[in-house]
Amino acid sequence: MSDRAPAIATHSPGLQHHFSSMEQQIEASVMGMWVFLITEIMFFGGMFCGYMVYRHLYYSAWVAGSQKMDFWWGTINTIVLLCSSLTMALGVRGAQLGQRKAVVIFLLITILFGLGFLGIKGIEYHGHWTEHQFPGLNWAWPGADGNLVALFFSFYWAMTGFHALHMVIGLGLVAFIVYQAWKGRYSAEYYTPVETVGLYWHFVDIVWIYLYPLLYLISHKHISG
Amino acid sequence: MASATIPTAERENYLNKGYGIKSWLLTTDHKRIALLYLITITFFFFIGGFFALLIRLELLTPAGDLVQADTYNKLFTMHGQVMVFFFLIPAVPAVLGNFLIPMMIGAKDLAFPRINLLSWYLLVIGGVLMMYTILTGGVDTGWTFYTPLSTQFSNTHVVTAALAIFVAGFSSILTGLNFIVTIHQMRAPGMTWSRLPLFVWANYATAIIQVLGTPVLAISLMLVALERIFSLAIFDPQRGGDPLLFQHLFWFYSHPAVYIMILPGMGVVSEIVTCFTRKRIFGYKFMALALIGIAVLGFLVWAHHMFVAGMSLYAALVFSLLSYFVAVPSAIKVFNWTSTMYKGSISYATPMLYAFGFIGLFTMGGLTGLFVAALGIDVHVTDTYFVVAHFHYIMVGGMVIAYLGGIHFWWPKISGRMYPEGWGKLAALIIFIGFNLTFFPQFVLGYLGMPRRYWQYSPEFQVLNVLSTAGATILAVGYLLPMVYLLWSMRYGKIADENPWNAAGLEWMTPSPPPTFNFDETPMVTWEAYNYDELKEVPVER
Repeated sequence: MSDRAPAIATHSPGLQHHFSSMEQQIEASVMGMWVFLITEIMFFGGMFCGYMVYRHLYYSAWVAGSQKMDFWWGTINTIVLLCSSLTMALGVRGAQLGQRKAVVIFLLITILFGLGFLGIKGIEYHGHWTEHQFPGLNWAWPGADGNLVALFFSFYWAMTGFHALHMVIGLGLVAFIVYQAWKGRYSAEYYTPVETVGLYWHFVDIVWIYLYPLLYLISHKHISG
Repeated sequence: MASATIPTAERENYLNKGYGIKSWLLTTDHKRIALLYLITITFFFFIGGFFALLIRLELLTPAGDLVQADTYNKLFTMHGQVMVFFFLIPAVPAVLGNFLIPMMIGAKDLAFPRINLLSWYLLVIGGVLMMYTILTGGVDTGWTFYTPLSTQFSNTHVVTAALAIFVAGFSSILTGLNFIVTIHQMRAPGMTWSRLPLFVWANYATAIIQVLGTPVLAISLMLVALERIFSLAIFDPQRGGDPLLFQHLFWFYSHPAVYIMILPGMGVVSEIVTCFTRKRIFGYKFMALALIGIAVLGFLVWAHHMFVAGMSLYAALVFSLLSYFVAVPSAIKVFNWTSTMYKGSISYATPMLYAFGFIGLFTMGGLTGLFVAALGIDVHVTDTYFVVAHFHYIMVGGMVIAYLGGIHFWWPKISGRMYPEGWGKLAALIIFIGFNLTFFPQFVLGYLGMPRRYWQYSPEFQVLNVLSTAGATILAVGYLLPMVYLLWSMRYGKIADENPWNAAGLEWMTPSPPPTFNFDETPMVTWEAYNYDELKEVPVER
């Protein structure tokens, strides 16, 4: 009555019952991640929108706040994240070729870069906290327009905070993928989870690529000396 | 079909596949998850309805005598939050959409069955947080969380309420994501985009809004929570922050959310109207494009909620004009349903009564929407009962009625039993009368100048308020009736065959209730949607 038996015979181990083919499953998973990343763009977009409005209104306060950013830590962190994206891409490449060891090693390096980023971010956060640059709870501003600079720092903490939260989630996902890859769950035929987690990781990197100039580089002070 | 000859009791279907609690709480079957949603949102519908009844009881007399002013603020806040986020938004997509979309497109399940289950759990977690908020004293900011009331002045449980809605929002996002991917990737051979039932198109348009809009609400509520918990300065006017910015962000989601709460209902009505007039839908392509058009335009009109909030006059003019544009696709829908009925062979079964109710009441709600979109009139009716009546005509007169129509229409498929037709018609009639008696007087009240959100009012408004409260009581009876007879029918109703309405659509070509994987063999589609002219000649075997 049904032709289920031959379907089972050609079953790839990663294929779920409700898909008719591996191609369909891969396309669905990758598309699902892309749609999710669109929701993430809208999520961060709300904050970028608020940032733009206030930066337009209070440009000088934005410059004053930006001058309290640590240019070198921010730049090093940007490089760290770009490197993590490279190793992530190499990891996905390894998965495409079915090289289990390459996946595990490159993703472990990605995790190290990710942890390095969070560590540096922690150093920066500590510095801002000790200098009373957390609006509301721990705030003291020696110069003019303290309230408006507090607005800048509110966005700094909220934007980098939600970005760091996404990094933590990303690290958890990559760690899970490393574990699965180490156990040999993936092959050249089935590596969709590596690819989709890679997409997520690159997205979180791109958010930082925008945050870095918007928060650290407003004042040109590092260029003009 | 061979399956029709096998007695129901022996045939395996999604309901009798397992009876243990685990077989429900860990299920990945879209049909079972739809039933989990059905139970959850029915619970919240009655919670929200309970608040509504208390509101109407307080407004029976001009004096504030039943509850204190503070309590009244909490009542309308929690009525709005529960009804919007825990009933209306999940209603048609998460229950009917979940149950029907895979079957309508000839798939075995949604693309991501485990994410589907996760989205139900997220709604439950959000619901628990909401219940915690309610039981520990509630929240009084209005469902809109306007700043600086929500960030600085309210002494109620703003953070847990915001968190509840944040979590429920992710449930909505994941449902939308699942639908988009499913409709793109899982259609059966031959099921082209132009052959999709309009119900699928409607849920697709809804999913676009859910995916693009809900994250903005999520971040807005998070910023409110951050400002409240850590005293950040984001919307604080004393530190240069702009409360209007919050309103812009909030309505950027919450206006499109209004269309989350109507588009799926339009999909339901298209299915019902074609079936009970035995005709193809009039203007299929326009109907599909109108759904997408409403979804897209919905993102461009949000600031019409803020005409009196102090925004730029020129911006207000543009938003007013854009709001008028929404009337075009909405009118296309109404005209095409009417044209579908023209010269059709109309029968007046319960679902069709609801569809009639929807078309009339949606038209009322839509036309009064033009009043409030017009700058001058809006200044007069802003924050009056006119606005309350307008959006209840859309949300209750439109969405709840479409939802009930859909529940009745697909009840034989969901439960395998027929509901009692006489009781069904009676309840539909009571709901229609009760609804109009509740909300029509509110148009008049608002136009006369009665403001919303006050627990007492001038004595000259009492007659209309008494009418409204009487209507709400009738409406409550109307809502309890289906609750009773639908439960009754699950055990005692007449057994339904696979297609009791002789309806078109793949979901009617599989047994009632359907087997776990919906179809024994993946169907091959060679016909257009709503081919009722072809069905007439080939009566379905009973």
